Amino acid sequence: MDVTRRKLLKLAGLGALGLTAGKYAKVFANDAFTETTLSEIGTGKRWAMVVDVRKCLVKEDCRECINACHITHNVPNIGNTKDEIKWIWKEDFENVFSDQENHYLKENLKDKRIPIFCNHCDNPPCVRVCPTQATWKREEDGIVMMDWHRCIGCRYCIVACPYGSRSFNWQDPRPFIDNINSEFPTRSKGVVEKCTFCEKRLAEGKQPACVEACKEKALVFGNLNDQNSEVRKLLKENFSLRRKPGLGTEPEIYYLV
Amino acid sequence: MLEHALKGTKKYWAWIFSLSVVIVVGVYFYLKQFHFGLGITGLSRDVSWGFYIAQLTFLVGVAASGVMVVLPYYMHDYKQFGKLTILGEFLAIAAVAMCILFVFVDIGQPIRLMNIILYPSPSSILFWDTVVLSGYMLINIVISHVVLDSERKSIPPPKWIKPVIILSIPWAISIHTVTAFLYAGLAARPFWMTAILAPRFLASAFSSGPALLLVLVFVIKKFTSFDPGKEAVQKLALIITYAMAANIFFILMEFFTAFYSSIPEHIHHFQYLYFGLDGHTTLVPWMWASAILGVTALILLFIPKIRKNENYLFIICVAIFVSIWIDKGLGMVVTGFIPNPLGDVVDYWPTIPEAIISLSIWAIGFFLITVFYKIALSVRKEVMT
Repeated sequence: MDVTRRKLLKLAGLGALGLTAGKYAKVFANDAFTETTLSEIGTGKRWAMVVDVRKCLVKEDCRECINACHITHNVPNIGNTKDEIKWIWKEDFENVFSDQENHYLKENLKDKRIPIFCNHCDNPPCVRVCPTQATWKREEDGIVMMDWHRCIGCRYCIVACPYGSRSFNWQDPRPFIDNINSEFPTRSKGVVEKCTFCEKRLAEGKQPACVEACKEKALVFGNLNDQNSEVRKLLKENFSLRRKPGLGTEPEIYYLV
Repeated sequence: MLEHALKGTKKYWAWIFSLSVVIVVGVYFYLKQFHFGLGITGLSRDVSWGFYIAQLTFLVGVAASGVMVVLPYYMHDYKQFGKLTILGEFLAIAAVAMCILFVFVDIGQPIRLMNIILYPSPSSILFWDTVVLSGYMLINIVISHVVLDSERKSIPPPKWIKPVIILSIPWAISIHTVTAFLYAGLAARPFWMTAILAPRFLASAFSSGPALLLVLVFVIKKFTSFDPGKEAVQKLALIITYAMAANIFFILMEFFTAFYSSIPEHIHHFQYLYFGLDGHTTLVPWMWASAILGVTALILLFIPKIRKNENYLFIICVAIFVSIWIDKGLGMVVTGFIPNPLGDVVDYWPTIPEAIISLSIWAIGFFLITVFYKIALSVRKEVMT
């Protein structure tokens, strides 16, 4: 008995080693240990957005970007916080940058609400946890995409997102859309959705709907891999913040304060 | 062998009937949920996993705990557990069946469930959880069937089953470890991001699972001539004792790390659980009930005179089961979401349909346990006479 047991354990150990040493080791590492952002510069596009909070706060109650986004993408207006779906919304600066705890925050930022989006992370935890690859990072431009026909609605991505950027359709959203935009699909109940960086509009050569809608020009969108892009210029000349950078997700939304 | 489940006393049929009623009501509410969507539950944008996933987590522990009777019997040749192993394996099968059902009812698009297999994603722990849970189910079905069949024919079980049984031991550890990894690897949720989560899950499983097994054994003993023997019961009680001691020790470790380090995002969750956060105290009475039940039960278990009295032991086992159910089946999952990533405290409580669907899955579990145990005990009785 004892001999067979030892043999078996040995075999099992070898098998496990073989597996981990092989292709699965790479899968588990998932870019976490490699310097992705720097090495990828120069190959293809890397879309990013710069939010100039100073400009954004000129009109505090402004909802232009939110409205434009939600109308373009058929985001329903459910009307309660439990079931609500949001692609862009505003939160207190202190909640958005909770790791910047500071009792003596500059007065023009205290209790001020700023827009937040999906961060289209370079190392997205939502993608890592999805059991069906219904959400993935597009290699050519870094957009974190969603397949609403494959998503099984397990909501693991919502659990894994450190930014609360994802919403779930707790019921059929269609009755809650005022005017359906026939250019964009509606979603069914039971799937997750979020900001797509307007990949459809980008394909048509347009700017994202929120960027276009912002009259203060507080939202700037562009290619980080292009040295001469406006986003790169803004980041070169201004001090910027990203949300929870310590988690290693490499968010691609930058805030100028 | 199934025919044994079709013969029974009036009490047996009354029990089967009552379970069936609960199951049917649950199916009705599930159809409502299927039609309307998961909005029928208390889950929200902020608390996106709740009662269903918490039951899954708790029951994976019950399933894994079968190893606590299998390991001593097969690895250490501890003969006293001879009558208990098959009950442990059947309990594991019923528990995994409940786990799979709890995942199923939690899915927003259940008809697409097979996408997990069609698009296998090794980077997702949920994929691995599916793999290890279904594997564990299969292993236990094979083992219990083969062993029981040999018992019926009064022949020793075939030799090839032994390696399968040995395999089931690390496999049992793996199911609860992987279930802990569902949570423990998420940077977004500091409450779960602790290396002690898997050990803690295993410790609480190895006390709550055998506690449930003992409760079932005592109930069966009352209604049938089945008796696992005093020594087996006492040995299991000792296993429960030390596993519970480890569990409480691990919880205290969590407290120390959170409160001594004073990192707000670590403290907040424990504050929410035991003291309330921003005026939200939903779980506070439950968590204190869990703590008091657990600690009292542990103290009583350490007193030999009380542990050896089976009437007391029955009550202690119920207390341990309830204590750990509150901790894992109510508090653990929800608190990961409270406060949410933006610092807001959004309460969660299961709705009535959600509670009824959950109850009905538990009823399915007890239905399976009843039928399995009925078959196992009838086969044994047949062999004896």
